[in-house]
Amino acid sequence: MLPELGHFALILALLLAGLQAFFGIAGPALGRDRWVAATIPAVAGQFVMVATGMGCLSASFINFDFSVRYVAENSNSALPLFYRVAALWGAHEGSLLLWIFLLACWTLAVAIGSTRLPPRFSARVLGVLGVVSFGFLLFTLVTSNPFLRIEPPPPDGIDLNPLLQDPGLATHPPILYTGYVGLAVAFAFAGAAMLEGRLDQLWARWTRPWTTAAWAFLTCGITLGSWWSYYTLGWGGYWAWDPVENASFMPWLVATALIHSLAVTDKRGLFKSWTLLLAIVGFSLSLIGTFLVRSGVTVSVHSFAADPSRGIAILIFLIAVIGSALTLYAWRAPLLRSEAGFELTARESFLLFNNILLVIAAACVFGGTMAPLIAQALHQPPLSVGPPYFRPTFLLPVVPLLALLAVGIHANWKRGRLAERRGPILVTFCIAAAIGTAVVLGAFGGRHLLAIVGLGLGVWIMLSSLVDPLDRLRRGLSLSRAVLGMSIAHIGLGVAVIALTAVESYTVERDVALGVGDTAHVGGYDFRFLGTRPVEGPNYSAIRAQVYVSRHGRPIVTLYPEKREYWVRRTTGTVAGIKNRYGTDIFIAMGDDLGAGRWSMRAQIRPLVTLLWLGPMLMAFGGLCAITDRRYRLAREATPASEPLRGAKEHTA
Amino acid sequence: MSTTSLQPPPPASAPHYVRFLVPLAFFVLLVAVLAVGIKHSPEVGVIQSPLVGKAAPAWQLPMLTDSGRAFGSRDLRGQWYVLNVWGTWCPTCREEHETLLQISRSTRVPIIGIDWNDDDTEAMTYLAKLGNPYGTVTVDHDGRAAIDWGVYAAPETFLVDPHGMVVYKQIGAMTPDVWRREFAPRLPGGLAAGS
Repeated sequence: MLPELGHFALILALLLAGLQAFFGIAGPALGRDRWVAATIPAVAGQFVMVATGMGCLSASFINFDFSVRYVAENSNSALPLFYRVAALWGAHEGSLLLWIFLLACWTLAVAIGSTRLPPRFSARVLGVLGVVSFGFLLFTLVTSNPFLRIEPPPPDGIDLNPLLQDPGLATHPPILYTGYVGLAVAFAFAGAAMLEGRLDQLWARWTRPWTTAAWAFLTCGITLGSWWSYYTLGWGGYWAWDPVENASFMPWLVATALIHSLAVTDKRGLFKSWTLLLAIVGFSLSLIGTFLVRSGVTVSVHSFAADPSRGIAILIFLIAVIGSALTLYAWRAPLLRSEAGFELTARESFLLFNNILLVIAAACVFGGTMAPLIAQALHQPPLSVGPPYFRPTFLLPVVPLLALLAVGIHANWKRGRLAERRGPILVTFCIAAAIGTAVVLGAFGGRHLLAIVGLGLGVWIMLSSLVDPLDRLRRGLSLSRAVLGMSIAHIGLGVAVIALTAVESYTVERDVALGVGDTAHVGGYDFRFLGTRPVEGPNYSAIRAQVYVSRHGRPIVTLYPEKREYWVRRTTGTVAGIKNRYGTDIFIAMGDDLGAGRWSMRAQIRPLVTLLWLGPMLMAFGGLCAITDRRYRLAREATPASEPLRGAKEHTA
Repeated sequence: MSTTSLQPPPPASAPHYVRFLVPLAFFVLLVAVLAVGIKHSPEVGVIQSPLVGKAAPAWQLPMLTDSGRAFGSRDLRGQWYVLNVWGTWCPTCREEHETLLQISRSTRVPIIGIDWNDDDTEAMTYLAKLGNPYGTVTVDHDGRAAIDWGVYAAPETFLVDPHGMVVYKQIGAMTPDVWRREFAPRLPGGLAAGS
């Protein structure tokens, strides 16, 4: 019964989303305040129905209901409870349901958080969110219903994809999706502003916390995804420029541009049409990202669904949502005007360059991701674009971006007064250059110019981010959460830059063939292979190797990498043996059995890799910290004078 | 604080408006590319078997009904056959079972089953309950034949010609549509049309 109940709940949710979209958009347009007021119950009802659907599918997974096709295909009676819960988003249909559920959560949060906003404006925001939700629900019900049954039910399920049987799986897709979906809120605020035909600084102040929250989740999700692939995929790669990774990275780059552009719109009333465009593009990229992976238009290790009929439905949906938003933009944006000007060295111009460079970086990634598709459309030979393209192309806009950040953070709004700040800029630059050079030449050795640049920039950004907060503390001024959050996020970026530089420049990696008792010397460490023994897991059997690691004769650790075979799907998985020592990973993974007790293994020493996860986490934390600033709460409570009172008629264009 | 409201369009020159149409133009271009991409996606998304167009592996497996006797490529030389890899544990196999029964009734090409990674008793109960579309069912307990055939997941269905060449491979469920579109046209008329 439960699957049918879930199916029915989703149908009701579809109807409610339709009502939410209709009341939210038509109500304010026709000046009908009863319709405006009806959006809130529609939001609440839709949330309850979607949550019921999620609950029903979860229950089917937990109770081993293999009569449900999706459950049978993605779980098994030997699968532990934790993974039966996570299996819900292990494939296409469930991922979509998760998307819809998170959208319902965000929508509910917006409805609750916007009670003090002008009702017609918040109704429009909810209306736009209703359109998105309606599209997703329709797509799910028509092409990807997770509640379909199989008759007769099979005795057991196929099992969850073993790659996904990892704690990282349980956490990273929901958090990543929370970020993806959160960009819908920024999009909805942009849509509401365009429908209303008004965009002021108060609008930016309402939109900022939502956008920053979505950005923080996206940051967290990408980091967890990278961490997951590093530890689970077994070969120590943390970023492969895979289409799926790019799909999450492009919205992140645009969202990063958006939070900075919103800051300018908020503080100075500038960049208005640009901010609107970024809000639309950010969400469009997250939609395209969601679907690029799911529709089979690009080949990727992650894509589990290749179905052209779904692809066409997706395309129609993209045209409806993005096409109409961009049309609205082309119509409304020319009417927005910003009067204020600013000097070349003012913070505004630095943020303008920040935006331009971030958008260029996103365009580079986009170009590389779409190139194989474009080649195919033009009947060119198959094209594969990988790290040799992405790495240099991406560095080109990003290195100047980092340098501009380290300088621009000292600039004031409107008039830069950079001449007065020459002291801190030069001091931080000299310290950073000295530290970068010293570390590269002293600790790591080797003369890598790019390593000096990377380390120097990372340190420079960290020091520069500290100048303003320290200065305020010294002068006894209060430190607002917004400034504190910004500093933390920028320090996090500096940490990430340092970690990336170290990992990229100084990783030592070797594939070795080891017999029992053999030793391999890799990066100053000795790996001694002591032998293998079989082990049994809950739903797999494995061969576990014992590798003794020492450095200059002193024992460090014994590592136990595994090669697993999952019973039901007969697929293998690799679990690397990793020891973290002072932020450096000592890593060993098993390859193939070479016979006669010999195994091929990959040994790696990755310096400062811990900071690679810590840096982005700091960035996300900084974002969340900034959201709690009082000024956003005050902005929500301030009703603009121009807004007609509740119940009054309004003539709209 | 500066508030910008919608005002009657300023006397702007035409290029001013054109600028705001650029994103839309890019999007239209992107949609065109995606549309072409989706049209071609069967070639992109589907895992093509390296076996297609090549000789089928030489195989020999015990029969389900009589595990003492072996059956394999030698017994099938000189004739067309359809090879279906299945298991009782596989929901999609259940789904295609009805289609296989229909095919076995309406055509004369033999369907040979490889029961992959399965329990013999369960397999026999399954066939007794749902009907047996197979001319012969063989069992592959250790998955060796499945590896030879490059089976990625059940079900997979191969079409093999009298010279032992793999002509076509279907990944996933066999449907009447797939049979009509991909299998029947490749078979000689008499076999496909059936009795």
